[in-house]
Amino acid sequence: MSTTTAPLPTAAAGPTPGADPASRHRARQHAARWWIYLFLLPTAVLYGAYTLWPVLASWWYSLLSWSGFESEKTFVGLQNYADVLADPLFLNSFKLTLLFMVVTVPLRVFAALALAVLLNHPRLPLQRLFRTAFFLPVVTTTAIVGVVMQFIFDPASGPVNLALGGLGIPPVDWLGSPETALWTVMVVHTWKWLGVTMIYWLAALQTIPRELVEAAQVDGADARRTFTSITLPLMVPFLVIITLLTVEQNLQVFDLMLTMTGGGPFFATEVIELYIYRWAFASSVPQLGFASAAAVVLGLVLLVIGVGQLLGIRAARRLAGGGR
Amino acid sequence: MSAAAAPDVPVRPPRRRSPRRLRLWLATVLLLAVAAVWVYPFAWVVSASLKDQLEVFTAGLDLVPESPQWGNYARAWVDADFAGYMLNTVLVTVGTVAVVVIRCAMAGYVLARYDFLGRKAVLLVLVVTLFVPAGYTIIPVVELTQQLGLLNSLTGMVVALSGGGHVAAVLLYMGYFRGIPRELEEAAVIDRAGFFTIFTRVMLPLAGPVTATVVVLTFLATWNAFFLPLVFTFSRPELRTLSVGMQAFVGQNSVDWPGMAAAGTISLLPIVALFLVLQRYFFDGIAGAVKS
Repeated sequence: MSTTTAPLPTAAAGPTPGADPASRHRARQHAARWWIYLFLLPTAVLYGAYTLWPVLASWWYSLLSWSGFESEKTFVGLQNYADVLADPLFLNSFKLTLLFMVVTVPLRVFAALALAVLLNHPRLPLQRLFRTAFFLPVVTTTAIVGVVMQFIFDPASGPVNLALGGLGIPPVDWLGSPETALWTVMVVHTWKWLGVTMIYWLAALQTIPRELVEAAQVDGADARRTFTSITLPLMVPFLVIITLLTVEQNLQVFDLMLTMTGGGPFFATEVIELYIYRWAFASSVPQLGFASAAAVVLGLVLLVIGVGQLLGIRAARRLAGGGR
Repeated sequence: MSAAAAPDVPVRPPRRRSPRRLRLWLATVLLLAVAAVWVYPFAWVVSASLKDQLEVFTAGLDLVPESPQWGNYARAWVDADFAGYMLNTVLVTVGTVAVVVIRCAMAGYVLARYDFLGRKAVLLVLVVTLFVPAGYTIIPVVELTQQLGLLNSLTGMVVALSGGGHVAAVLLYMGYFRGIPRELEEAAVIDRAGFFTIFTRVMLPLAGPVTATVVVLTFLATWNAFFLPLVFTFSRPELRTLSVGMQAFVGQNSVDWPGMAAAGTISLLPIVALFLVLQRYFFDGIAGAVKS
């Protein structure tokens, strides 16, 4: 701070070459080069080792026969892929993952939209309380919620069956029977994460200019008319982005599924992540190469979705641009 | 619906106020009911944590315990070692948040304000791997950590948790630093401040709001992490975090519902308290994904 006054004359003598902002900036860029790479170093090392390397290593590991982290690796070519794709339980887990997505993604996206539209009403009382309540499950630890839900859905003494019993409905073994287990997890998953999508939609709804709504009301449009001809068209580009974000999030159900059902009963809830976990960590003789091959297949699916996402966002931008 | 309502429209203006208000009240009541269902599981856990073994099974839906059984908490805290799990979770979370904030702020800063060889490549790699799930990377992560001799240690957990992902934090910092006017930097340069000083004394303090968001989001992700801590503590139960400890506890004492509920309450309390105090940053952090 003591030097604040000293350089001032230099700055005042601006016209001299080398002192104009642009070239000074360039000179500094040059001197700063080492700093730049130094600043990138922590991210390069950590992210490189724990995100990039694993992505690439999975491809290599998937070509190995490798039963446990301590044991020998043998190259077996594409054998693991042949085994994975021939395993009915892998196809089962793939199907379950897809079913889970097909049900929960639209449910989350549209239920959250309905909720956000209600909460966005300017004269709704207790707005903040509602927002907090619906977001509360989001911040809680999924693995702990999963354990708690085992008790909530307990067939004998869980509150869900007690409440249904009060209405004269016979008890259901929600998590214990293959027919209901996956659906129960879907309900809990939606309960757990709806708040995130609700916040997305609220942020999206905030972008609607108030004057537009007021103008429509002056023109005599009622609430429904305002919603269908102003709110909905403006929300279409957001629909694409929010759906894609939700797809990515709903692919990651490991915590909830492992703690609620562990993949059972009889593999009825074994989604791909649990399938990989079982072969890599939960079996007496781990098959790490085989599990890696399953992971690579999952990665390829994610890649396809990621590309779809990029295209989707492009399309959404174009829609948003065209609307203006 | 819309067809039935259409003939209504001309008649609406005279009786405009009351049906509107009625609908608003209906919506409020509906939302109250849904919100009650939403928070019910948490009320149930807290209530069960204060009941005795028998009462949990016999009291039905009654949420108020006959007399609070604080012994459940003692059992979870001491016997089930949730004190130890809590300490592990706090250490891992604080360590990870610190590393993530520092590394992401530094990377975001240079990516936002400097043009250098490889900048585009770095950005491309970050965006492409934005959503790599833990299930996909876990095997190489364990292998690498084991070779570094960090498996079965809290340090290893911090390194792995802070290295995996957090692209969003880099992008948040980048977006913010890009918006800071050049003149501020120029002024600091005139003051003969070096690269590092400008970053720590000028830029980082300006990025306070982003740091708050990144801290909150990283705290949330780390406190709630499960897959990685689970796999990292298979052979060292004393290093478990709360989420892993909870699963192990239920595996061993499946009939101790009040103890489980007390352990759950202990584990959820810190993160819920943080959320209630810092709500704005949670919402801002989450909404940021859509706005950008």
